[in-house]
Amino acid sequence: MTPLLEVEGLHVWFDLADGGELHAVQDVGLTLQPGERLGLVGESGCGKTTTALAIMGLLPPSASAAGRILLEGKDVLAGGEATIRPHRWVDIAIVFQGAMNALNPVRTIGAQIVEALELHEVVRGAAARDRAGDLLESVGIPARRAERFPHELSGGMRQRAAIAMALSCEPKVLIADEPTTALDVMVQAQILELLDGLCSDFGLALILVTHDLPVVAQLCDRGVVMYAGRIAERGTVEELYHEPHHPYTRLLFAATPDLDDLDQPIVSIPGAPPRLDRPLEGCPFRPRCDRAFERCETERPRLRGFGDGREAACHLDQLVSV
Amino acid sequence: MSEALLEVEDLVVHYPVSRGLVGTVARRPRSTVHAVDGISFRLRPGEMVALVGESGCGKTSTAQAVMRLIDVDAGAVRFEGRDLTGVGTRGLRPLRRRLQMVYQDPYESLDPRLRVRQAVEEPLLIHRLGGTSVERERRVREALERVELSPPDLFLDRYPHELSGGQRQRVAIAAALVLEPVLLVADEPVSMLDVSVRAGVLSLLESLKRAGLAILMITHDLSTAARFADRIAVMYLGLIVEEGPAERVVRDPQHPYTRALLSVVPRRDPRERHQGTVLRGETPDAVNIPSGCRFHPRCPVAVNACRVDEPALEAKRPDHRAACLLT
Repeated sequence: MTPLLEVEGLHVWFDLADGGELHAVQDVGLTLQPGERLGLVGESGCGKTTTALAIMGLLPPSASAAGRILLEGKDVLAGGEATIRPHRWVDIAIVFQGAMNALNPVRTIGAQIVEALELHEVVRGAAARDRAGDLLESVGIPARRAERFPHELSGGMRQRAAIAMALSCEPKVLIADEPTTALDVMVQAQILELLDGLCSDFGLALILVTHDLPVVAQLCDRGVVMYAGRIAERGTVEELYHEPHHPYTRLLFAATPDLDDLDQPIVSIPGAPPRLDRPLEGCPFRPRCDRAFERCETERPRLRGFGDGREAACHLDQLVSV
Repeated sequence: MSEALLEVEDLVVHYPVSRGLVGTVARRPRSTVHAVDGISFRLRPGEMVALVGESGCGKTSTAQAVMRLIDVDAGAVRFEGRDLTGVGTRGLRPLRRRLQMVYQDPYESLDPRLRVRQAVEEPLLIHRLGGTSVERERRVREALERVELSPPDLFLDRYPHELSGGQRQRVAIAAALVLEPVLLVADEPVSMLDVSVRAGVLSLLESLKRAGLAILMITHDLSTAARFADRIAVMYLGLIVEEGPAERVVRDPQHPYTRALLSVVPRRDPRERHQGTVLRGETPDAVNIPSGCRFHPRCPVAVNACRVDEPALEAKRPDHRAACLLT
């Protein structure tokens, strides 16, 4: 079966002001089936948001991308803006962390959704206003609130409005970039419940970009852990937690406090991710790794398969759990 | 049990709401935001208390009232036995040294033009402490060692932009510690940091606590509070609705709000996936406080009496209080 979305060998470079180059995304591959929820996790600067923006064709002018991004088998990266534009918001949409920045402050949320509907020629006029009301209801905002301005809504309601707007053309894929990071725990639970419902009820495929492993563990089917622009490990969320192959995955979980496991010490990962504006020798995680050995200093581990869709970029052969 | 270092008693902080021109001319009644509506708690030397709650629950106003950054409408904030609420600006200065604050965002709280050396030395200059420059340098180095930025020589001449987020927050903590405070108020000290370094900053706070520092931590993260604090006070709409030893509050919550909050905290283990009690709607604004128990409009177990009677915060278990008519 052709996947809904397939990313192959994606590279993204940013031109730096000093003439240098930052290799932000390095040989990243992803597949997404209809209705699937994929978590893209890692620390800030690991390339997860850049990957999301590349898929949307929304990279800034200072960036250049290479590789293939196939939407239902068709490459949308090859022809630049011309090939992605017909699909952006129509087949694939994104919501960002600070919903306030994505919404126009001087227009009501209803008017903004109507504008999106008319711009993409879904419906117009009164029908568009009705459809905007339905969309708001579908994300848990009463239709009468369509007349509100973004600043009149709470953070959670704004995030819902941004999701409604992203859904206006009934995309097949929704990318949610840190959708709950700035929100309180109960509002986060409401938004996660909403995303969960959209996937199960409407078959929406979700890419959840976040640094928050527990959120991925609760909402996603599979997870991709990124480090220093590359994929460190991929697997089902159960495998990542219970049978990690990459020390980084295990250490990230170990650094996260958990209410069910209060007695376990919480350990931070020493050091910081490497800079990506210069070539690296060996494994990029080596300076912070507790399992590194000689080979890690000289040879960069390739992403290799461990069967059943599991992959990890580590020289170790056995699991690294415990 | 040792004497309380900080004793907050029936603290009230209200903010007036602007009526606007029309409202003033029409003499509409003034309304107020009941940010903090009568809360009490204590903090002992070497203890960490976490104030937990959602935005607008009053936890940050409480911290600011303790620091005397805002005025208090009623109640007492006793620090080392002395009520701070009546002390004037001049009288506060010697006290401020012993009572320091660390903010959420180390990217904003540090002046980008100051080197680490200057950022940590500045509080000494402001408070005219440390005597000679040699003595100040010694104190600055000592503070950096205490926050595990060692050897200090590696960090003294760096600018904030040359440091990672975790290192910046450590510099901010060093700038507080250089005055040798006995109480540290930490407002969401790790929420802006990457997961991988949060634990390090929290462990640092834990070791400072072990060395005798009292810490009031403001956080919305229950997992962090449960793991690092000795006691947790859960706030809702300006009131403490539950308070007790951290582990007991988390393992045996007595208030339906605490129970709901705990139920929706995402767990690391995907096998522990469960629905949780997702409360509908959002915290009502602190201008129109619901009658009776303020939580009743969102409470999954409320009965009629909850609309009328305001529950008192009372002991439900030894050393563990909650404000609920039903438990």
